[in-house]
Amino acid sequence: MFYRTAGQFKTSYQADHALFPVRQDAFLLGVILIFAFVIFPLTASEFTFRALLIPVLIYSLAALGLNILTGYAGQLSLGTGAFMGVGAYACYKLITIFPEMNIVVAIAMSGFFSAAIGVLFGLPSLRIKGFYLAIATLAAQFFLVWLFQKWAWLYNYNASGAIQVPNIEMFGITVAGPRATAITQYYFVLCVVCVITFFAINITRGRIGRMWKAVRDMDIAAELVGINLMRSKLMAFFVSSYVVGIAGALFVFLWRGAAEANLFDIPLSFRVLFIAIIGGLGSILGNFLGAILIVALPVIIGSVPQAFGIPLDSAMVEHLNIMIIGALIIAFLIIEPHGLARFWAMIREKFILWPFPH
Amino acid sequence: MEFLNDVLVQPFADMAAAPDFLLQVLWEGLVGGVLYALIALGFVLIYKSSRIFNFAQGIMVVFAALTLVGLYEKGVPALLALPLTLAVMLVLAMTIERVVLRPLVNQPDIILFMATIGITLFLIGFGELIFGGENKVMITEQLFIPTGSIVFEPFGGFVSIEEKDLTAVIGAMVLVAALLVFLNKSKIGRAIRALGDDHQAALSVGISLSTIWVIVWFIAGVIALATGIVWGARAGVSFALEVIAFKALPVLMLGGLESVMGAIIGGLAIGILEKLFEIYWGQPLLGGNTEAWFAYMLALLVLLFRPQGLFGEKIIERV
Repeated sequence: MFYRTAGQFKTSYQADHALFPVRQDAFLLGVILIFAFVIFPLTASEFTFRALLIPVLIYSLAALGLNILTGYAGQLSLGTGAFMGVGAYACYKLITIFPEMNIVVAIAMSGFFSAAIGVLFGLPSLRIKGFYLAIATLAAQFFLVWLFQKWAWLYNYNASGAIQVPNIEMFGITVAGPRATAITQYYFVLCVVCVITFFAINITRGRIGRMWKAVRDMDIAAELVGINLMRSKLMAFFVSSYVVGIAGALFVFLWRGAAEANLFDIPLSFRVLFIAIIGGLGSILGNFLGAILIVALPVIIGSVPQAFGIPLDSAMVEHLNIMIIGALIIAFLIIEPHGLARFWAMIREKFILWPFPH
Repeated sequence: MEFLNDVLVQPFADMAAAPDFLLQVLWEGLVGGVLYALIALGFVLIYKSSRIFNFAQGIMVVFAALTLVGLYEKGVPALLALPLTLAVMLVLAMTIERVVLRPLVNQPDIILFMATIGITLFLIGFGELIFGGENKVMITEQLFIPTGSIVFEPFGGFVSIEEKDLTAVIGAMVLVAALLVFLNKSKIGRAIRALGDDHQAALSVGISLSTIWVIVWFIAGVIALATGIVWGARAGVSFALEVIAFKALPVLMLGGLESVMGAIIGGLAIGILEKLFEIYWGQPLLGGNTEAWFAYMLALLVLLFRPQGLFGEKIIERV
């Protein structure tokens, strides 16, 4: 139908490996980008930016980071929340120590701090595998959150124990802090997410990505064909924690505005893990689909009873919310364990072959 | 130099100076360790028989305890509420097997793990919807659990042991002994271990996978109820109890995922060591609350030297 591939001939090996093997994919991406860059900003309200668009982008980025580690390199991590915290606290310290530093530089540098911590806690992965490795990342999770609470230097000794984002200007426009408008923050996050996604797609498609996939599928076999396990696993931890750290910095600076240590506790890690798994492990697109689902679901569930005029108190909605998300996770896992990305892949396949059934 | 003194000398000097306090700390740690061991036991049973890393064990503890207290508050006599709660756990086990596990047979480990997180979320929402989110008091007296305390005076000091903690320790020992006998001597116990050894071989000699799964999840539910009563008597029953699931994970890793003995020894070791560390090193030197991560760091250290845990089966990899 829309995905007619007839007449698109590949005449070279390069063309076969192009980013968009089918022309319609590029077209579709263009449409999505037009929506993201032009149509949403023109139509969205302040609430939509703060409750839907910005969180979807930030959670997608965090899930992308986790997916590089878990989906591509096969190392299970339950400590994403803490690594986001490292990014956020590093960015906060950089901004307060060097107030004149450009926020883009600060965010880009804060990623290196979380990457370093990630590599440190990734070291056990050379000896420990599977669920046993989850312990190493959980150790990071609990230890780092404890550190965020106890190490007063991290939050500049303020009495509340929370980090507060100051007003930060870039080229005369306030991009972060209480005075920033939602639309500038949205554009800022969108640009960062686009750039990182572009790099992530190309890393995972290339030599490094194939190395990771080999390690994921069977690490001993990968070692036998000459892949340096230590390098590839630690590189996965480095890249993944870098992206997660940046997501953490955006999380606090461009969305929440303030953060306490327990914001980065285990529920955040699990939420990111849900997004990565429901979206589809080992897929870039999946992170975005999963984030849309997980972020939009509570908003939708919250608004449905009002739409039908059923009065529900907020505690009840909250409980129903948790219950429905739990049930949906199970349902999604049963229907399609490979996630929403696989759904899309099947639909796309159908479109290409349409009207023929096979 | 002073730092070394604080870390290496001072804590032991404190211990020697107040042996009665040390005994008290050890006892507290032991009781905590028994609870960790119980939760870890629930994990191990399910992992052994189905290779499912059951994250929902922690919430099953809360759910069982809440059902018991909730039924009692609805006017059911305590001694009737107990078997009724067991019935609820059986229904829960059957539902989980039918709805969640059966469609997910043969999926990768991480998918099953995520499914148990899904179960956890569902049970949190469901439990709060029915029983409310506030803290409830465990019905200790109605279940004939003594609540007094026994005071010893060793070394001219003072050690107080609460009778409910003592009951908990003895009860847990009985439960574990019964479980070991059941696993090793009964036909069903042998079937459970057979499934743990080799799924396909067990199936081919006529062991029913789904029946055994229901039984195993039910046993895990019974253990959860016992844990819930004991822990609830100490700290009240609420969803805050859920965090103890995270305490059981390092226990599991320390002991080895497949080992019942490992769960017990690991639980006791972590309970005692984390208490000692918190009192003698954590509070004076690190600002306290080190219990949040100590068990994990300990497990991590042990795993670096023994990747399968202290008592786990040796991991043999083939290409």
